[in-house]
Amino acid sequence: MRLLRNREIVCREAVELVTDYLEGTLSRAERKRFEKHLARCEPCTEYLEQIREAISLAGRITAQQLTPQMRDDFVDLYRRWRADG
Amino acid sequence: MPIHSRLRRRLLANQGEAPRPAPDSDEDLLRRLRAGDERAFVVLVERYNDPMLRVAGSYVPSHAVAEEVVQDTWLAVLRGIDRFEGRSSVRTWLFTILVNRARSTGVREHRTIPVADAGPVVDASRFGPSGAWAEPPERWIEEAESRMAAGKLAALLKSSIDGLPGRQRDVVLLRDVEGMSSVEVCEVLAITEANQRVLLHRGRGKLRQVLESELGEVR
Repeated sequence: MRLLRNREIVCREAVELVTDYLEGTLSRAERKRFEKHLARCEPCTEYLEQIREAISLAGRITAQQLTPQMRDDFVDLYRRWRADG
Repeated sequence: MPIHSRLRRRLLANQGEAPRPAPDSDEDLLRRLRAGDERAFVVLVERYNDPMLRVAGSYVPSHAVAEEVVQDTWLAVLRGIDRFEGRSSVRTWLFTILVNRARSTGVREHRTIPVADAGPVVDASRFGPSGAWAEPPERWIEEAESRMAAGKLAALLKSSIDGLPGRQRDVVLLRDVEGMSSVEVCEVLAITEANQRVLLHRGRGKLRQVLESELGEVR
């Protein structure tokens, strides 16, 4: 998202910059303006924290365990492959 | 002893010592699998079958087809195991095979090109005419954490992610759930960095919105 130079960004624009900010793909100038906005905007700071929280929660999801049946099926698959090989 | 010869000795001493993969790392499992270790296969399946099913699900019309695609993928992994050269990580290799198979299964005429939907990440009605928040984010982080600690959030999280539009779901699954880098994800999904970033932006934004709607409270 392109920003006009030398104008303070507003919240509606700030939320669109969050991913680029977290990915480290904002230019130096854009990053400074984004951080300047955050420094005086509590709701946008909260928004950024919530995106970080969503990422953190997603990272804590664990894979569903295989059922004993599925486990047997995969062992079977493996043994058939070994026998063919 | 002069420094450079000490260094040289150390370098010589290290020669031929390939770094050992950590036990049960993907790389270690693959090495054991090559050596014919059946258990290594089961551990690898335990680790990736579920996320693979969920990624496959965004390309094919039913869970049954997704299961077939994933099973085909495991078979392709076994058959291709001696050709894996370690240029990418094991999981990048696994998911690349999966996505290629899911694509070629091809029953996705109802899906369009992998571009994110247009429109803002936060509903425009939540901002006033000046562009400042009119309806600021509701608080939900503490509630999410306490539910997570009680083991009562996983189902909501999974269904929220699974409810994201196709490519956004893939990117969020691979980046945020599986913890892949953007480079890995671009390789697996055959998309550009810029496209990946847009999909991630939309996907995370929607995930936040669902969490806010489910858990948020106005203060």
